[in-house]
Amino acid sequence: METLLAIAIGAVVTASVYLFLSRDLLRMLIGFILFGTSVNLAILLAGRIGPIRPPLVDPGAAALEAAANPLPQALILTAIVIGFGLTAFALVLVLKGHEALGTTSAEDMGEAEPVAATAPSTALPAPHRKAA
Amino acid sequence: MDQVLLASPLLVPLAASAVTALLWRRPGLQRPVSLAAAVLLLGCSAALLSHTLAAGTLVGRMGAWPAPFGIVLVVDVFSAIMLVITGLMAVAVAVYSAGQGATERDRAGFHPLFQGLLLGVTGAFATGDLFNLYVWFEVMLIASFGLLVLDRTREQLDGGLRYVALNLVGTTFFLLAVGLLLGLTGTLNMADLARLAPAVENQGALAAVAVLLLIAFGAKAAVFPLFNWLPAAYHTASMPVAAIFAALLTKVGVYAIIRVFTLVFAHDTAFFGPIVGVVAMATMVTGVLGAAAHYDVRRILSFHIISQIGYMLVGVALMTPLAIAGSVLYVIHHIVVKANLFLIAGAIRQAGGSFALARLGGLWVTRPVLGLLFLIPALSLAGIPPLSGFWGKLAVIRASLEAEAWLLAAVALAVGLLTLFSMIKIWNEAFWKAAPEPPPAETWSRAARFATFAPIVLLAGTTLAIGLWTEPFMGLSLAAADGLLDRQGYIAAVLGERATAALQEGAR
Amino acid sequence: MNDSLILRTSAPLLLWLALAVSIFIVLRGHNAPGGGFLGGLIASAGILLYAIAHGRDRAMRRMRMAPVGLCGIGLLAALASGLLGFVTPDTPYLTHRWWFPGGGLALGTTIVFDLGVYLAVVGTVTAMFLPLLRK
Repeated sequence: METLLAIAIGAVVTASVYLFLSRDLLRMLIGFILFGTSVNLAILLAGRIGPIRPPLVDPGAAALEAAANPLPQALILTAIVIGFGLTAFALVLVLKGHEALGTTSAEDMGEAEPVAATAPSTALPAPHRKAA
Repeated sequence: MDQVLLASPLLVPLAASAVTALLWRRPGLQRPVSLAAAVLLLGCSAALLSHTLAAGTLVGRMGAWPAPFGIVLVVDVFSAIMLVITGLMAVAVAVYSAGQGATERDRAGFHPLFQGLLLGVTGAFATGDLFNLYVWFEVMLIASFGLLVLDRTREQLDGGLRYVALNLVGTTFFLLAVGLLLGLTGTLNMADLARLAPAVENQGALAAVAVLLLIAFGAKAAVFPLFNWLPAAYHTASMPVAAIFAALLTKVGVYAIIRVFTLVFAHDTAFFGPIVGVVAMATMVTGVLGAAAHYDVRRILSFHIISQIGYMLVGVALMTPLAIAGSVLYVIHHIVVKANLFLIAGAIRQAGGSFALARLGGLWVTRPVLGLLFLIPALSLAGIPPLSGFWGKLAVIRASLEAEAWLLAAVALAVGLLTLFSMIKIWNEAFWKAAPEPPPAETWSRAARFATFAPIVLLAGTTLAIGLWTEPFMGLSLAAADGLLDRQGYIAAVLGERATAALQEGAR
Repeated sequence: MNDSLILRTSAPLLLWLALAVSIFIVLRGHNAPGGGFLGGLIASAGILLYAIAHGRDRAMRRMRMAPVGLCGIGLLAALASGLLGFVTPDTPYLTHRWWFPGGGLALGTTIVFDLGVYLAVVGTVTAMFLPLLRK
């Protein structure tokens, strides 16, 4: 079971890396969501699937024999909440970027680092750059 | 009472963020609330520092859960120093943000986000739990996203997208490392991790986790080769935002590296020391060369942040008391100086009408006071005695020489010279050469001018104080270094003697 | 999309349904797993559906408050619920207080925390997504 899950995580990471390499920001965002999912799965796997002694047992009470480790699940829940917030913000930003810049392709966005930005005063030659 | 004091650096910005959000429709009222909260934060942090110096590490178990299970807040001398500096920056930027463009900024929601950012930073400095650190990182990140695109200009949206994309991946690496560490040790309390880490059977896997953490924190701290997001984004932010980013965001990454590698992975210093050393040297060199290639004040300053991060990592690379104290002193000095330089860049822009060096000039004639105020942090950044940067560099380089890390010392010295080159470049172009075009007409109101210059003078004064009256600051740094190297003391303070014994008995 | 009769008729009903379910989820969380975040998401889903059907401005009017203000109230409530920890000396922040009036009822200050989270989530989600909708 653990091997199977590990292979599944690997497959999801592969897909997410492929999407990261895309120039389109929306695809990159989907890649990030997939990456986050695979990391959550990895936490589940690292916390050991299957029965384990729970970390909090009342004094004198018998521990449940067949309980899953609740700690990774708590971590994953928190991570999902945070991931939700980040993804929502990034989505809004991509949308605003699309409105303002008219594109969702990282290639066509050059506002923050225009080619001319490094060009100094007339005393120094402008750096040669390939035309974009 | 101790517990109130311990929680106050978190509660003050959280409450201020909530109250300023409630006043969303009344931007004018947000400013005094934000400023009062910043002053209160500084006061509480200073009280916390004096308490930790007198009575040792302060520990708070949130919700009264026993130590390794619940979340703990742990404030030792190093954390307390960082909190005080955060408070100082909060005050400076809160005053500065009342200057030019304040009304538009307030309306866009600057203050709730600013206090949210402070909350994330203070939380990261105060927590003693690795997963909680991740949560504070995210609080900080979301607030910084909002602040970066505050003006919604095209430039900011583009820079913001780059910043968001790289930081999303960085924090996900952090999460992955946290999950794997939980699998290896069964705990995420940093003191408990420090206790268990040397006994972990699979040390190879532990080292892999450490490298993942180094990548995650390194991306946050903008070390080589993960620094690209910083110069792509910082220069687009409005000046108060850029100043608080430059002062605090990367330093949280540095703090996390110092904390985790002196506490949890300290048993493996022989392996990680050289790696961090090489990273530190490469960071210094690439940052300073990047700065030399640019001709925009904001970009030069952005690249210098990167270069200076290298010095702060020397402590982790060498792990000697002097080196760590040097790193701590360097962090203190750098936060003050770098924030001030960004504030001054905003004033230069206001006085000269541009950030581009080619279009600036003659400010020494029209604004001699600004010129003097620029020289203090600029020369301090380059490490000219007797300013604060000199003592930071001296401690770091002397520690390298004592540890016989000749190359590290040589690189640190050479990078200092190149820093001086960049600062003189700004001086020559913006202040000394004749103005290429007549400067814009005077547009400052008296209040705006006061709000701009008061924090600049305050921070320049701090720089001078650290430089001329170094003894107490060096003493603080040495106390912080002692605390960082005293792992057993930290573990005992957090877990307590009884809990430590009980845990060893009932180990999984 | 805006002129779908089915959506326009059902959205107000679904809004009330979503709010009712969200309140149930929050309450269930006062003494058992569940709580503020999920409830907040369900409520904001209802509000967003309403906004899609009837436009952003009408949804904003029905919320009666700026979404960010809602977020502020929520944060303050969550923060205040933890302050009771300071009532007795040396108990840390977020130590919650409980009252057992009998009959299996357990009343605790954690519900205040959860309600705070609920409001904060509703405020944040609506503040982020309402501006994206057409007027």
